[in-house]
Amino acid sequence: MTSRVTLIDHGAGNLRSLRAAFERLGADVEVTADADRVAGAERVVLPGVGAAAPAMRTLSRTGMADALREAPSLLGVCLGMQLLFERSAEGDVACLGLLPGTVERIGWAERLPHMGWNDVVATGASPLSPALPAVCYFAHSYAVAPGDAAVVAAETDIDGRTVPSAVASGRVAGVQFHPEKSGPAGRRMLEAWLAA
Amino acid sequence: MLRKRIIPCLDVRGGRLVKGINFESLRDCGDPVDAAERYAAQGADEIVWLNISAGEEDWRGLLEAVERAAVRVDVPLCIGGGVSSVDQARDLLNAGADKVSSNSAPLDRPELIGELADRFGSQCVVIAIDAAADGDGSWGAFASAGRRPTGRDAVAWAAEAADRGAGELLVTSIDTDGTLGGYDIELLRRICRAVGVPVIASGGAGGPRDLASALQAGAQAALAASIFHDGVHTIAEVKQEVARCGLPTRM
Repeated sequence: MTSRVTLIDHGAGNLRSLRAAFERLGADVEVTADADRVAGAERVVLPGVGAAAPAMRTLSRTGMADALREAPSLLGVCLGMQLLFERSAEGDVACLGLLPGTVERIGWAERLPHMGWNDVVATGASPLSPALPAVCYFAHSYAVAPGDAAVVAAETDIDGRTVPSAVASGRVAGVQFHPEKSGPAGRRMLEAWLAA
Repeated sequence: MLRKRIIPCLDVRGGRLVKGINFESLRDCGDPVDAAERYAAQGADEIVWLNISAGEEDWRGLLEAVERAAVRVDVPLCIGGGVSSVDQARDLLNAGADKVSSNSAPLDRPELIGELADRFGSQCVVIAIDAAADGDGSWGAFASAGRRPTGRDAVAWAAEAADRGAGELLVTSIDTDGTLGGYDIELLRRICRAVGVPVIASGGAGGPRDLASALQAGAQAALAASIFHDGVHTIAEVKQEVARCGLPTRM
């Protein structure tokens, strides 16, 4: 069966790579900024390049924020994963609140952004588990601090401290890395999410 | 653990892959998307395209090639060369680039760095620094493909670019570029010490050992062109040398 994936356009950056990554897996991808389209969607992907505040403004203004809260299956990628939580220190902005916790700057890192390929190690069962462990591509300066450790599906070490690199809870999942830029490892990750 | 990155750099003109010496007698070497896909399959951690002509027609050809690359290349793609405005960066990112690199424009108008970072995030903004030793232990920063001195100290400019919002610096030594004699290690050391953002070493790679030395000196990534394009060394050979030196690499 062909999977249908609805990709949220909140007005920042490269959607083409993510779209192509799903299409390579045989998915039928719709890119939209229309809340009504999001409300009827089965599998929704919230991408993220750019900053939290402008992304949340767009999601709220278009009504997509409310539609996302009802999505039967939602995957946040990079900034998109951060937006799943309650609040981000990047611009001190309220986010979607689908998962408990906040987003904080990776203050202890020797260099920021945390840029490049790093280990993603499973910490519990999740829809992404079949694709782990993996080495994936990251590009970010903020990381999530979940209020409930049970939502952490995988961790990544940054200069001696771990940050959550994948989260999952019920119908909501998120990855801090870019699966669409992580070669075969990222492909397996998206495949696992589509199959879950 | 964060891996050291190995990055092949491709010269692109009007959406075509070219090779040449001193930007003269350029030879058409095919589709840069094919080359990028090939390098990604061979283990490249990232691909850099350097647009070596900024004419209007060439720009449209570049955007079209970036669009095709976004569909086929599943590692990060950074596009540089002639990027002088927020609108140009937006066009490249919308076409499918993950990062844009800019060299001359920010030297003339440093505010551009902050504008790019505010709009797209620092992780998209690479500032390329072309540096040449001035003979008294410091380096000058050059604009316009290394032809125009700016009077700026390269290490101070690196620190300023990072402060203004650059997410990464691509540091090329004009002195060693094209020599195959190794990177300017001291320049890399000085810049890596001066900034808190990742640094990509460029200019002078003649073999796997050179890339490993640049990474040992503190660079987070090493970029090379001719050793890969001429088939002298593979990405895998370079990574084996990097691993042999005890540095983390993605095999």
